Amino acid sequence: MSATSSSEGASPGATAPESRSWTLRLRQAIDRHLPMDHLLPDRQPYYVGSWVYVFGVVTIAALAWVIASGVVLSFMGPQWWHDSRVGRFFNSLHFWSVQLFFIFMVLHLWGQYFMAGWRSGRAATWMIGVIIFGISILTAFTGYLSQQNFASQFVAINAKDAMNGAGIGAFFSVLNFGQMYGLHVMLLPIGITILVVAHIVMVRTRGVVKPIDPEGGARP
Amino acid sequence: MKSMGATQEEYYRGVRMVRYDLVKELVLAMVGVGVLALLIAAVLSSPDVPPVTIATWAQQNPVDLVTTATNELAGATTSAVYGPPYNSVGPGQSFGPIAPQKWFGVRIPIDSANTFVIQPLQKASFSNTALGAALSTWQNATADQQTKWLDAYSKALANATVTDGGVAVATGDYGPLPVMMSNLVGIAQAGGLDGLLAINGRFYQTDYTQPLLFMGDGTYLAGLAQQAHLTGSQWGMMNETGQYPGQTWLWLYTMWYQVTPFNSPTGFLGFNSSNADLGVIILMTALTAALALVPFIPILRDIPRWIPIHRLIWRQYYAPRKGAARA
Ligand code: HEM
Repeated sequence: MSATSSSEGASPGATAPESRSWTLRLRQAIDRHLPMDHLLPDRQPYYVGSWVYVFGVVTIAALAWVIASGVVLSFMGPQWWHDSRVGRFFNSLHFWSVQLFFIFMVLHLWGQYFMAGWRSGRAATWMIGVIIFGISILTAFTGYLSQQNFASQFVAINAKDAMNGAGIGAFFSVLNFGQMYGLHVMLLPIGITILVVAHIVMVRTRGVVKPIDPEGGARP
Repeated sequence: MKSMGATQEEYYRGVRMVRYDLVKELVLAMVGVGVLALLIAAVLSSPDVPPVTIATWAQQNPVDLVTTATNELAGATTSAVYGPPYNSVGPGQSFGPIAPQKWFGVRIPIDSANTFVIQPLQKASFSNTALGAALSTWQNATADQQTKWLDAYSKALANATVTDGGVAVATGDYGPLPVMMSNLVGIAQAGGLDGLLAINGRFYQTDYTQPLLFMGDGTYLAGLAQQAHLTGSQWGMMNETGQYPGQTWLWLYTMWYQVTPFNSPTGFLGFNSSNADLGVIILMTALTAALALVPFIPILRDIPRWIPIHRLIWRQYYAPRKGAARA
């Protein structure tokens, strides 16, 4: 850890009291792990030109549209998206942004799989990705239950058996609109957002992985 | 633990770095994806088939409503024998000693006969003396007598006809059941049952457990769902009404319900159709954990090296000056 702090350590006398300051230690840790030129680099290894890298970025973009349209829907309230043309349009925008989000995320997942994107200390990035994938499915599921239409009714009636059979239904009742709606608009999106930020910070901290190199180089 | 700030430079040492505008890429992606989503939304709209009410059910198929209500009284519906979390009549699903449905117990108590039939009728019997009398006859009868009435009425319902929106059956000894049921149909057709089941003694309402369970016990809603390809045996969980995509990402989860052992009564290794929900959730949990652990699972993590898709992805890296480009 201390190998990189030689510049701070250069001023004698300052090191001992400084290292006791939590604030300073946090700042130094951030500087060390994620300096601004790692967070927002203007240069990338030349192999980053591949189109597969676009999948991650368009997933962020689709997520942004999902959240933006969802914020409008939740602000206006459930009656709006059934009873007004504008509401219906925002409902459609939300619906299709979600479909795009999943398409891009799955392409990104397969891309990262075939790039073995977890190499050289990036396993946690992959694992957080899988958790994001799982929570996204749960969020979409609660969304289908929150539509307040015929599909919601039957998805609920169908899904209750799966949830109850596994004991989950005792706490997570798909027939309870209030619970599903609250989870859908609040907790789950917040969870996804936090995890996506963590995911991207982890990518930026390490930089994108090198190509698979069977003769050494990037070790799996 | 290595310090990552230092390693990123070390990691890239000798790798040619080129200009790359991440922020521009993100902004362009936002605009591009936004235009795409706006266009699709404008052209294709989205699914919104109105929900079915108990009132529509009672109007469109009063015989099914009465049959369902009769079965509720007989304790013969899905919800009546469900088990946890609604009641303790059924044992719930289990796989060997794993029985989470039972472990968590009855947390959302529903007594089908009372909740769906008797209590709504009691509320409606205020100022309706004929119904009040029928209800007390019912409640004062022995269980034996009730069963006889129910059996006879159930049989008669198989040939019931609808006249003036009401359900008519051949004459027979059904005790107070015809009076109770004709009232129930009347209340339901007017929308009263939707209210009575949803309101549940409270003003504000966000929980539709009761009306959904009741509708799920009948065949009317299930019939509509069948037409819309929404039932479990039709991969229903991932479908939507109309031509719209549903939760396509649930394909793997839904697939298990269509194959052995989960669709077979005899099953395999303790998994069968009667504990399919638990079985599929256990399997999917294991598969999700495996996906998360891919970086550590020998064969799975090696496949991307064996299948040279990475050579397509990083074409530049592998094609020219092979060897020279490597750090
Ligand atoms: C909301 C969902 C997700 C978003 C917004 C997202 C975004 C990103 C972005 C922007 C990158 C940078 C590199 C690139 O664009 O390819 C990245 C890298 C990565 N992602 Fe995701 N991701 C998501 C979900 C997932 C999932 C589901 C997985 C896999 C299970 C995953 C695994 C990875 C891995 C392993 C890397 C590191 C690649 C490297 O270091 O070269 N991500 N992600």
